[in-house]
Amino acid sequence: MKSTLSRVLALVMLVVILAVGCAPAAATPAPEAATAFKVAIVMPSSITDMAFSQSMFEGLKKVQAEMGGESAMEIAYSENLFKVPDAAAAIRDYADKGYNLVIAHGSQYGTSLEQVAPDFPNTAFAWGTSMDTFQASGVNNVFAYQAEAQQGGYVLGTIAALMSKTGIIGETGPVDAGDAKLYIEGFQKGAEAAKPGTTVSVTYTGSFSDVSLMATAAETHIAAGADMLTGSSQSVVGAIGVAKDKGVYWFGTQWDQTSLAPEAVVASQVYDWTGILKDMIASVQKGVMGGKAYTLTFKNGGLVIAYNPAITVPAEVKTAADAAIAGINDGTIVP
Amino acid sequence: MGELFSLPVLLGILYSGIRLATPYLFAAVGETFAQRSGVLNLGVDGIMLMGAYSGFYVGMKSGNIWLGLLAAALVGILMGLLMSVISITFQAEQGISGIGLQLFGLGLSSLLFKTTLGGVESINGFKPVRIPLLADIPYVGEVLFNHNLLVYAAFLLVPLSAWFLNKTTFGLKIRAVGQNPQAADTLGVNVIRVRYFCVCLGGMLAGIAGASLSIALINLFQENMTNGMGFIAVALVYFGGWRPYGVLAGALLFSFVNALQLWIQVLGINIPSDFAIMMPYVLTILALAFATKRAQQPAALTKPFERGEN
Repeated sequence: MKSTLSRVLALVMLVVILAVGCAPAAATPAPEAATAFKVAIVMPSSITDMAFSQSMFEGLKKVQAEMGGESAMEIAYSENLFKVPDAAAAIRDYADKGYNLVIAHGSQYGTSLEQVAPDFPNTAFAWGTSMDTFQASGVNNVFAYQAEAQQGGYVLGTIAALMSKTGIIGETGPVDAGDAKLYIEGFQKGAEAAKPGTTVSVTYTGSFSDVSLMATAAETHIAAGADMLTGSSQSVVGAIGVAKDKGVYWFGTQWDQTSLAPEAVVASQVYDWTGILKDMIASVQKGVMGGKAYTLTFKNGGLVIAYNPAITVPAEVKTAADAAIAGINDGTIVP
Repeated sequence: MGELFSLPVLLGILYSGIRLATPYLFAAVGETFAQRSGVLNLGVDGIMLMGAYSGFYVGMKSGNIWLGLLAAALVGILMGLLMSVISITFQAEQGISGIGLQLFGLGLSSLLFKTTLGGVESINGFKPVRIPLLADIPYVGEVLFNHNLLVYAAFLLVPLSAWFLNKTTFGLKIRAVGQNPQAADTLGVNVIRVRYFCVCLGGMLAGIAGASLSIALINLFQENMTNGMGFIAVALVYFGGWRPYGVLAGALLFSFVNALQLWIQVLGINIPSDFAIMMPYVLTILALAFATKRAQQPAALTKPFERGEN
């Protein structure tokens, strides 16, 4: 009898714990007046990841402020949905609740989106990074977007190679694919072009979130002689800490990472999604629900190099960086 | 390939491996106590996250990382207490309640992070302490004896725990409770109390394991920053045959191979990165398959104790 009672009690406690543990951290704002444009976003990491998710979320908030605040545009978000089935459920849920635009911010969400979108023809969807709007398979309400990460990579690689004293640069990537791969290869190309003979080593940890291994990767690069480091994904915060402790320079991407280590971060490639977000919203308001693929480039203002004012970049290095941007814009440099 | 076996690279692997092994040692030695007393705590990862968060938060707000460490230990004990109540007193299925605890720690640490900190910040954590004389040993001195205090503590914990488990009366009680709780009970050992103690001790060490990341090795807190380390720690206990020295061997093997695979990539040795990343896991599985005798598993592991039942 006693044991039955305690099992029931244990079960109740477990359910409570599971409920607390699984409860989404994000609160959906209360529905506003019917005129508000409703945007929902599903993200693989957190809105404070200093990288991919934060760049998009801050972009949305900026657009919201420009449109006139919460009464004009409503934002709902679900973060840390790295697992595709969870994200797919959230995407369907938001579409079901009547959001005008549902953004699936992760290249792993593509197949789910292709299945969900046809069921909600009055909802616009967007996903990235990818250039596939699924129009070929008859889906007309999906936008796609991609950052030309290799462009900023090329420019930052130029700066790093010219500032390096050892001639060795380390790159710490998460997974050898997608946005990270574009960035890392662009950086390598830029560094080698700016100063032939520069050694660029690349490591991948196999994870977007393994902060500890990313920190060790940075340590390893430094031990091998690197005095300039860069990397991609939300796990680079670990590597930035190592750069700071060991007194080497860091180059950021996706978001301005200066605040993490003002003494170490030289410059960051920042993704500014506001332009494409505004265009998507305008399209949806005109009744065009998808079919467009967007890119972030230097030319359209979607990519910005944010220098850290606390670290002096020599004038001739800055000139070389500007020349690289100009070359990318007029097509003479293909990163 | 030849440059992989050069002195600077081998020393680099040694240095990184020692650092990587630190959180695993705290967590897995702690879990060894829990399991030797008969309780499988799968919630280690959640406790580590709570420890990492509280260590960072208290350390930052008070400006004293020692207070942060203390907070991480206390929060770890509280999480261990929660696990004890559920799995020892209420006798819930240990595998399931552990997963519940892990999700609880993950969710709560993320929520607290968001409401109290809001964004990733860094902290000045424990600084390396150079041990005089020993650090002057040529080559290996700097690599072995110039670490922060938590690294030394993690490695000292191993012989200390082995001694405690094998040579003290209380250690004997722990082993008895995990092997045959009914017999221990008839000899006057308070089975429930011993298990509570072990699970709370394991919780405390898991909390410190988390803090070793957030205020000593990486010096920041990010949501889910343990990235499943707690589960690897549980696996290391099995790998180590429920012995602290076995756990040490497993943690070092896993960490050294992880450090090695990064060097393979840095040196540009022509192996696809995917294969390099798999190496620590593959080697650990191989070592598990070929090396250990599985005789030491505590007979009463995962079995709740009820007085007078046989």
